[in-house]
Amino acid sequence: MSRLASGGRIDRTRPIQFSFNGTPYRGYEGDNLASALLANDVRVVANSVTYGRPRGVFSAGVEEPNALVQVGNDTMLRATQVGLVDGLEAIGLNGRGRLSLEPDGHRYDKVYAHCEVLVIGGGRAGITAALEAGQTGDRVILVDEQAEFGGRLLGAGWNDWLETSLGALRSPPDVRLLTRATAFGHYDQNLVLIAQRLPNGGRLWQARAKRVVLATGAHERPLIFANNDRPGIMLAGAARAYVNRYGVAPGKRAVIFTNNDSTDALAGDLKRAGISVEAIVDVRAGEAVLDTFPSPAGGGGQGGGLGGVTIAPLTGGGSRREVECDLLCVSGGFNPTLHLFSQAQGRLRYDEALACFVPDAAPPNVEVVGAAAGDLGGRGQGTIMPYWVVPSDGQDWSTHFVDLERDVTVADVRRALSTGMRSVEHVKRFTTIGTGSDQGKTAGINETAIIATQLGQPVGAVGVTTFRPPYVPVSFGLMAGRNRGDLFEPIRLTAMHPWHVAHGAVFENVGQWKRPWYFPRHDEDIETAVLRECRAAREGVAVMDASTLGKIDIQGPDAVEFLNRMYTNAFDTLKIGSCRYGLMCKVDGMVFDDGVVMHLGPDHWLATTTTGGAAAVLEWMEEWLQTEWTDLRVRLTSVTDHWADVAVVGPRSRDVVRGLFPKLPLDPESFPFMAIRESETAGIPVRLHRITFSGELAYELWTQSWYGLALWEAVMAAGEPFAITPYGTEAMHVLRAEKGYIICGQETDGTVTPQDLGMSWILSKKKAFIGRRSHRRRDTARPDRKQLVGLLPVERDQLLPEGAQLVVEPDGTIPTKMIGHVTSSYRSATLDRTFALAMLQSGRERLGAMVYAPLNGHVVSATVTEPIFYDKENVRRDS
Amino acid sequence: MIAEAVRRSPLADYTDRFAALSTATDGALSIRELPFVSQVDLRADPKDADLMQRLAAAIGFALPTVPNTVTSREDRRALWLAPDEWLVVGPDGQQGAIERELRNGLNSAFGSIVDVSANRTVIEIRGGKARDLLAHCVPIDLDARVFSAGRCAQTLLAKAHVIIECRDESGLILYVRASLATYAADWLLDALAE
Amino acid sequence: MLIPCPWCGDREDIEFKYGGSADVAYPRDADAVDDATWARFVFFRPNPKGQMTERWVHTAGCRRWFTLVRDTVTHQITTA
Repeated sequence: MSRLASGGRIDRTRPIQFSFNGTPYRGYEGDNLASALLANDVRVVANSVTYGRPRGVFSAGVEEPNALVQVGNDTMLRATQVGLVDGLEAIGLNGRGRLSLEPDGHRYDKVYAHCEVLVIGGGRAGITAALEAGQTGDRVILVDEQAEFGGRLLGAGWNDWLETSLGALRSPPDVRLLTRATAFGHYDQNLVLIAQRLPNGGRLWQARAKRVVLATGAHERPLIFANNDRPGIMLAGAARAYVNRYGVAPGKRAVIFTNNDSTDALAGDLKRAGISVEAIVDVRAGEAVLDTFPSPAGGGGQGGGLGGVTIAPLTGGGSRREVECDLLCVSGGFNPTLHLFSQAQGRLRYDEALACFVPDAAPPNVEVVGAAAGDLGGRGQGTIMPYWVVPSDGQDWSTHFVDLERDVTVADVRRALSTGMRSVEHVKRFTTIGTGSDQGKTAGINETAIIATQLGQPVGAVGVTTFRPPYVPVSFGLMAGRNRGDLFEPIRLTAMHPWHVAHGAVFENVGQWKRPWYFPRHDEDIETAVLRECRAAREGVAVMDASTLGKIDIQGPDAVEFLNRMYTNAFDTLKIGSCRYGLMCKVDGMVFDDGVVMHLGPDHWLATTTTGGAAAVLEWMEEWLQTEWTDLRVRLTSVTDHWADVAVVGPRSRDVVRGLFPKLPLDPESFPFMAIRESETAGIPVRLHRITFSGELAYELWTQSWYGLALWEAVMAAGEPFAITPYGTEAMHVLRAEKGYIICGQETDGTVTPQDLGMSWILSKKKAFIGRRSHRRRDTARPDRKQLVGLLPVERDQLLPEGAQLVVEPDGTIPTKMIGHVTSSYRSATLDRTFALAMLQSGRERLGAMVYAPLNGHVVSATVTEPIFYDKENVRRDS
Repeated sequence: MIAEAVRRSPLADYTDRFAALSTATDGALSIRELPFVSQVDLRADPKDADLMQRLAAAIGFALPTVPNTVTSREDRRALWLAPDEWLVVGPDGQQGAIERELRNGLNSAFGSIVDVSANRTVIEIRGGKARDLLAHCVPIDLDARVFSAGRCAQTLLAKAHVIIECRDESGLILYVRASLATYAADWLLDALAE
Repeated sequence: MLIPCPWCGDREDIEFKYGGSADVAYPRDADAVDDATWARFVFFRPNPKGQMTERWVHTAGCRRWFTLVRDTVTHQITTA
């Protein structure tokens, strides 16, 4: 056991049981997994990704490249970031982790936060900055990635200062302190995303700060030499942290390898922990660690761990010596942690004296303080001799590891350069340095320096690779937050929804709406239900909830002019109390949306849109009014949710309506097709419209959505003697398709013109409308464009799949020219067979011809027909 | 009235869940639907001083001209929605009266008046934790010093459009589309677990 | 990105819809221009690296259209 008897910030009175690779161990409150493993002499934590070399703990923080573990289903975690909790079960990874196929059972939250000052990093510089900001009464948020504030101060004799400072920070009400919270993305105008780890998941903070103070510290970088990856080799600062903060001796016999002053205090700390310091190798004194050798397998510790080092003089002459040790503390200097700074578009420059990249130009409202700004006094870097790679013995660079997590060596970098690559970005991608889950935190600057050395260029000229979020791995679950399951997308419901649910409706999503798809009785399947519903609509009476249609109130003296410009057809002659179908195109001449326009009163109109197009249509209309037609006196208001719409459909629909509205004259002269009337039933005010989408006699009953459910129930009651049948969207689709009525978004996809649909009749010749000029374009007027046709499969029972491609060659030779596709396809109760609508090249010239739909393993033949299959003369509709 | 008896508000099924909430939080937070609030959307030219005066006289108080603010008198309020658009709000049963008054005020000037009472339902959130709760789903700054009484905003609640009004220090009012009311309520109830 | 709505102030970009390049004049007489000119108007828009004058609409807010100038590289919005 390597736990020290005393010292550190762990609580030896609160032991914690955990297991690693199936073996039980004990740690203490205050440990993380890495410190607990070291305390239990577990030196090999994982194996490297490419070469399978044993690896141990290398650092004491987020920059850890080696000690990758899996806990439960969470994989690729750094042991240095895993807090020790009772019952923790972890396993070391062999290279990569595997994504679990189980649903993520964690709970993820998201919070928006606003503050005047966001301080990232709770070490000395960050706490100081937060104290200053907190005194002004501004809202301050201070975040730190570790479980406690303090950073490198923890276990370094700063306890009093920490206690006083944190106490001072906790008193003002406007200072928010977050621990286990890693700021991982810094975006435009100081939007910072912070991932906070919680016991059962996490919380994503989306923080907007007027000012950001980056107190992100600095990461130590290693020196590079042969076999520099053995378990037992770690960053010098990490060794100090394990001894002083966690009360752990990471080894028994240590060697220190350095090029700067930060390791001065280390020897004393190690000795006080009972670790013997076998040698201090300083490149400034002309010596370096050339190579390391393993401990003998089975010799007391785990095989493959560090057994000792070979020390050699930097320049020729003098002899090399071997020193046995199981702990090698390496320091090559410090790199200010500037990932977030760079993400925010801050620029870096290389400082020769400090041998690292420091902030140059800061983006507006971003300040860098402390070690991150290049103030390495606290780290004690002092006098540094810039040094990166110890020359190899001979030509073998294949064990000089640059990126430990990616198993990339100096040999790989040299290979990249020998192909002619010069840019650090190319070398990164060729070698994969910096692309691991640690994002090369201990490798990137070394990579730059190696390139610079090899090419004889200044380090600053080589530069660094672009830093991109996230700074640390972030789970998809955290990004999804609570947008999961039923809350994934908004669900929109009509006023009649409870009735549909209670009566067994099966729902489909239409945009964000839940609409009844069909109403199965007993154990009906969809086919049987839909055939029954269609039959009822054509032969008796059926009812559908049409409340989801978009509805736009239009008022003003210029309303008609506006409608005429928007729609392809004209509305000058539409009288008050009447409605008319309208079609809209975009500027490119393609069909955009359709609906019914109603003339409700003087200068008062209402336009309906497709369910899915409601928001887009209103936005389109507003765009024209606000940016082009600013002089038109017309105003629009969305009333989609204000009105509920009950469609009563079928030859017996008049009987049902008569039962509800006995005082309203319903004969065809008094209430003709496309007329609007007002009445009331059981005290509920209702506006009736003789509109049909099925081609049958039909009435759309509109009432304020507060009365929607009551009206629906009244209709059901009045319809009972006539066996009124509720129907859903599937039956609705079949009925309109039998009449050849298009659905925008089904027959159209943004590339279809009214002419393609055979709807030239709706294009006014007398007035301009949006899209008209484009209809004259050569391409829009091509005769071989895809045109709307009907299809009747030769075998009456064969159902063409929607989307099936159509060809003229039946024998299936490949390649074959595809000349169209099926847009809608159904079984028809009325026709007692299947039928389809399709967009077919030169469709109108192919009437009567045969086309073929090659499917998986078989071909369906169909005859091309006019796109209408029922009541061509509209006798039923106008009755 | 028969009609009133058969009305149903979008969150009629949430009464129990909302009531249980207040008990569970010891009164620190309460959510309830305010059903059947009268709401009328008005579009009129704010640069027509004469018109603004007539409208003020008609409804009894001046419409707000500072963006995203609310003016009120007794049980009527007007929320600024756009430079030339307001939502005039009153208690249940007043939509007809509000419409008539606005029409009188509008007279022959150009504008539009639309009863939108059933278009949105109203949710009241009260208590010290109200702003914290909304911070889970609303991206704007709802701090009491920034979003104080008399302010309103059109923004997002999770993925739904919403109007938020600050009535007083611990009371926030949400106006949400009737069809999206259950989504909004579900989101709020789910966020309460935090 | 924070978008400065002239009415509502700075708001998160999720409240807005992007409207593309501003200052694209609708041809005064659409019927008089030839196909090539018309196609340029319908299908072509500038795509500068640097300052761009563009339209936005505050969809989740006041629903007003407005114009601003944004640097397409730095995302800095210089005028509203």
